[in-house]
Amino acid sequence: MQEFLQLIVTGLVIGSVYALVAMGFALIYKSTSILNFAQGEFVLVGGYVCLWLYTDMGIPIVAAFFITMIIAVFMGVMLERLILRPMIGEPIISVIMVTIALAAVLKSVVTILWSTQIRVFSPPIFSQKALEFGVVRISEVYLWTVGFAFLFLAIFAAFFKFTRVGISMRAVANDQQVAQSMGISVKKVFAISWSIGAMVSAVGGTLVGNINGVNITLSDFGLKVFPAVILGGLESIGGAIIGGLTIGVLENIMGSYLDVYLGGGVKEIAPFIVLIVILMIKPYGLFGIKEIERV
Amino acid sequence: MPLLSVNNIEVIYDDVILVLKGMSLSVEEGQIVAVLGANGAGKTTTLKAISGLLKTEEGEVTDGTIEFDGVKIDGMEPEKIVKLGIFQVMEGRRVFEDLTAKENLVAAAHTQKCSRGELEERIGQVYHYFPRLKERENGLAGYLSGGEQQMLVIGRGMMARPKLMMLDEPSLGLSPLLVGEIFEIIVKLNKELGTTILLVEQNARMALNIADHGYIMENGKIVLDDTTEKLKNNEDVKQFYLGLTEMGTKRSYRDVKHYKRRKRWLT
Ligand SMILES: Nc1ncnc2c1ncn2[C@@H]1O[C@H](COP(=O)(O)OP(=O)(O)OP(=O)(O)O)[C@@H](O)[C@H]1O
Ligand SMILES: [Mg+2]
Repeated sequence: MQEFLQLIVTGLVIGSVYALVAMGFALIYKSTSILNFAQGEFVLVGGYVCLWLYTDMGIPIVAAFFITMIIAVFMGVMLERLILRPMIGEPIISVIMVTIALAAVLKSVVTILWSTQIRVFSPPIFSQKALEFGVVRISEVYLWTVGFAFLFLAIFAAFFKFTRVGISMRAVANDQQVAQSMGISVKKVFAISWSIGAMVSAVGGTLVGNINGVNITLSDFGLKVFPAVILGGLESIGGAIIGGLTIGVLENIMGSYLDVYLGGGVKEIAPFIVLIVILMIKPYGLFGIKEIERV
Repeated sequence: MPLLSVNNIEVIYDDVILVLKGMSLSVEEGQIVAVLGANGAGKTTTLKAISGLLKTEEGEVTDGTIEFDGVKIDGMEPEKIVKLGIFQVMEGRRVFEDLTAKENLVAAAHTQKCSRGELEERIGQVYHYFPRLKERENGLAGYLSGGEQQMLVIGRGMMARPKLMMLDEPSLGLSPLLVGEIFEIIVKLNKELGTTILLVEQNARMALNIADHGYIMENGKIVLDDTTEKLKNNEDVKQFYLGLTEMGTKRSYRDVKHYKRRKRWLT
C-alpha cells in the first residue's frame, strides 16, 4: 500500500509535466487544427536553453527561466508566422509533414549547438533531499516541479476562463467564421496559441531538466503527449491535463509492478498500450468533443 | 450621403460562380432597411460582401464599390470593418456553443477598447433588452433554446456598439410569438440606441412592417425598391411576398402564374 501511494505521488509529478506539454499540444490543435509533432522538441529546446543560460552563461535561475520563456514565445510566434501560416488551406497531411520536419530540424539544431551527452543544471537549483509526508517520501525537487507545473496549469486555466483574450481564443476554437465576424483576428489567435504551446513545453523541459538533467531524449515527451491527449480527448484542454496526470501515474504503476514479469521496459511502453486500448474502446477519448445536439 | 452604399457590385465565389450581378443598395443613417428575396437570391452574399466575411469563403467582390461612412470598405479585412462600425449578425443563430452566454457577449466586444466596468455596463444593457439572457448567463450557449440563442446573437451585436447592424433572417425557425418579440427589440435598438439596421428577411410581412425602406432581390440583383408603404401596396409584392391574392386569401404555391409573373422582374 505504501509503495502504491509512493508510485502515485511520483507518477503525479511527472504527470504534471506531461499535463503541461499536453495542454500546449491540445491548445494548438483546438485553435489551429494542426497536430503538432514538434511539441516534444519545444520541451527539448526549453530544457537546453535554460540550462545553457544558467550553467554556461551564469545567469541567475529566475532570470534564465524568464528569458527561456520569452525565447519560447518568440519561437512559437516565428514558427507560426513563417512556416505554419503559409500552410493554411493545404491538405492536413502536408501540414503534419511540416511539423515532423520541424521536429527534425529543431533536434539537429540542439545537437549541433550543445552536442548530445546528458548535462545537468549546476550548481543544482533544488535539493534532492527527501521529505517525509506520512508514509510517502518525496524529494524537494519533485515538490518544486509539481508546484510549478500546477501553477502554470492554473494560470492558463484562469487565462482561458477569465481574460478577454482567452475568451476570444476559445471563440475562435469554437467557430472561426463567427469569431471573425466580430472582429477577432484569427491570425493573432493562431500566433498566441503557438507561443503559449511553445512556452508551456519549455517550462516542462526546464522542470524535468532539473530532475533528470537534459539530453536529446527530452523530446520523447512529445510522444507521451499522444496517449495523454487521446485519453483526454483531442479537443479538450482540461481533458489533456487530466490525461497527462493519468498517464504519469499509470506508467509509473505499470512499470513498477509488471517489470518483474516482463523483464523491464514496461514503463516506456505503458502509455502506448493505454493509447491503443483507449482508441479501441473510446475513440473520442474520455473527455472528447461533446457536440451539443439540438433538435 | 447615405451611411452605407453598395454600388453595382459583382461577387464571384471560387473564381467561377457569379452570384451577385450588379447589386446596389443604400442605407440612410437611422433607418431600418429590409432586403427581401427568395432562397438563393444572394441576400446573405450581399451582407458578407459588406462585412468582408466573403473572404473567409473564397468569395470576392470583382466589380463595383462599397462605401461606409465615406470610406471605401470593399476588400478590407473583416476586423477593420467591424472597427469602423458594421456588425453582421449571421444567419442561423451561430452562438459559440462551448462558451457561456455571458462569454459570448464578452467575445463580441473584442474590438472595443473598453474597461471592465464599461464591459459590464454593456452586458447589463443587453440584459435590459433581453432579460432572459440574464437568467441563463452562466449556462452554455449551446443549451439555450432557439429563441434565446437568437437573442444572444443580437445581444452580441449590441456589445460592439455598431453604427450599422446587419441581421440575417433573425426570424428563421422561431414561433410567431417570438418573432414578434425579436422584431420589437430590433425596432427598439433602432429608436432608442440609434442603431441603423439592415435586415434580411423571408418574413416579408414583419420586415415591411418595421422597415422604412425595402429592397426586393432576385437572382443576384435588386428588382424593386421603394418605401415600405408603397411596397406593401404593390400587387406583385402582395402576391409573392405577402402571400395575398387580390382577394386577400392565401395563394397556392403551385400557382403557375407565380413563375410567369416572376419572369417579368428579371427582364
Ligand atoms: N461559399 C460559397 N461558395 C459557392 N457558392 C456559394 C457560397 N455561398 C453561397 N453560394 C451560392 O450563392 C447563391 C446565393 O447564396 P446566398 O446564401 O447569398 O443566398 P440567400 O439569398 O441568402 O439565400 P437564403 O434565403 O436561402 O439564405 C446560392 O446559389 C449559393 O449556392
Ligand atoms: Mg441567406
